[in-house]
Formats: sequence, structure tokens, C-alpha cells
Amino acid sequence: MATAPVDDLACQELVEIVSDYLEGALPEAERERFDAHLEVCEGCRRYLDQMRTTIRVVGTLTEDDLDPDAKDQLLQLFREWNRT
Amino acid sequence: MLTGEEPSSAGGPGDAGTDDDEQLLLALRRRDEQAFALLVGRYHARLVRLASLFVANQAVAEEVAQETWIGVLQGIDRFEGRSSVRTWIFRILTNQAKSRGQREARSMPFAAFSKQDDGGDTEPAVAPERFLPAGDEWAGHWVSYPQNWRETPEDRFLSAETRALVQQAIDALPPNQRIVITLRDVEGFPSTEVCNVLAISETNQRVLLHRARSKVRAHLEHYLEVV
Repeated sequence: MATAPVDDLACQELVEIVSDYLEGALPEAERERFDAHLEVCEGCRRYLDQMRTTIRVVGTLTEDDLDPDAKDQLLQLFREWNRT
Repeated sequence: MLTGEEPSSAGGPGDAGTDDDEQLLLALRRRDEQAFALLVGRYHARLVRLASLFVANQAVAEEVAQETWIGVLQGIDRFEGRSSVRTWIFRILTNQAKSRGQREARSMPFAAFSKQDDGGDTEPAVAPERFLPAGDEWAGHWVSYPQNWRETPEDRFLSAETRALVQQAIDALPPNQRIVITLRDVEGFPSTEVCNVLAISETNQRVLLHRARSKVRAHLEHYLEVV
């Protein structure tokens, strides 16, 4: 590349604003700087991808098993409420 | 059942099940037990999990979740549909959890939200030694690139072991970060709802989320490198 990204955005700064980027909270000029850096930096492209993957894996942690006893108790609660 | 009724406009976009929640709530107002059973099936386990973020132990979390359902039943005729049903239920939960914490005079994670934005956590997202030092022509740039996770088989990320590790990483976070990442990334709440429920600013929420996600990523990276 003809222009080195050094003066624009260091990778060390990018990793601190990556969440603002993903949340769509960067001002437009900052976002452009971010995108321009990504264009020339394989390391930061990988980092961004790692963050996205992390978010995706965290999103698989939902476990919604309902204990049948708890459910019976709650239905009992409902019936008591319904009588009042 | 109940088709043809106009769903409330309160449901946010991309929030699957919200319109259906509205229908269930209308049915619950008519004292429909089946509707209650469906809401319980949908939310109870999540309520217990979220309650456990705020209180001392699992037994108390179960109680708080149960009190939440009592609050739902008692408040149902007053629900005005200004927020989604889910947000309304979760707000009842957080209020229950807060008052429970006050009654027991325990230091609550909520207290952490009133402090500075990052809760005093100044740890960088990535260890400084991963970047070239000041004075170097490429100061602030990667010493060596992070791993390319696109070359890692998908199974690795979704294995029980990896997910257990990610859960441990979340459990090890400071409470305010743990709460925000759980609401946002595990439960999938939009940021506005998280801010509402926790009564924190968008900026504060983003800082906490950033710290949480960065730490979980670092754990995952370390784990994938070692194994």
C-alpha cells in the first residue's frame, strides 16, 4: 500500500473502539478511519472476526430447561391468585 | 388462537416472540392458565439465571423469580404496553432483586453501576506486549497477528467444552460487566432495553460490554491456542 496506516489508527487503539464499531456508535469519520485501517491490516481483520465469533459463541449459552417441580409450584401460585 | 387481534406496537424489531407475548398477556388477563404456563415455560429458567446475577445463591434466585411471577400476576391489569412484555417482566425481576438485596443488606452489584463508567476497570482489551512499543516505526501495531479463527473448525467453537469455558469466563467478570454481557449477548436484549432495565446510560453500557467481550475473547483465544 502506498499509504501506511500508522498515522491514522494504531491496532492498539482499534481494539479499544471495536465494540463502538460493532454497536454502530462510532461517529462517521471515526468509522471511516476504522474501515480504512481494516482494508490494510490483516491482524485487525482477524481481531474483528474474533470479536464477532466471541459474541456468537456467547449467544449459544442460553439454556431454558424448566424444572417440572418449579412449573407445578408456579401453576399452583396462579390458581391461588385466580381464586382471589 | 387469538388471531385477528391487533398486536401492540410495543414489540421491538427482531424481537421474535414479542407479538406472541402480547397475545399471551391478553389471555392471562382473562385468567387463562394455559397462557400463564406458556409464559412460565418461556421465561422462568431465564428469570432464575438473571436473578442469580444479582443475589447470593441459587435458592434466593429461585425465590426472586417466583416473586417476579407474583408481581406479573398482581400487575397484569396495570400493564399498559409501553414496553415489551419481556422488558416489563425483566424490570419486575430487577426490582425484586434490588429490594431483596436491600433487605438483606448485602452489597449489590447494582451499586457498581452508580460508580464511574467502567467501574474503575482500566485493563486494556489486549495485553500491551502484543503491540510494538513506542519508538518503533510501527508502534501500536501487532507484534504478530491474532489467530485466524476462520481456519478453526466450527465444531471447536460450539463444543460443550468451549461453551463451558466461555461461561466460566463470564462468571469471572466483575458483576456489572457480567450482567451487561449476559443481558446483551446471552439473552439478546437490545441495548436500549438493557439501559432501561439497569438504569444506566448507553455509553456506560457500551463500556461495560466492551470490557466484558474483550475479556471473554481473550480467554477464548488463550484456550484455542493451548489446546
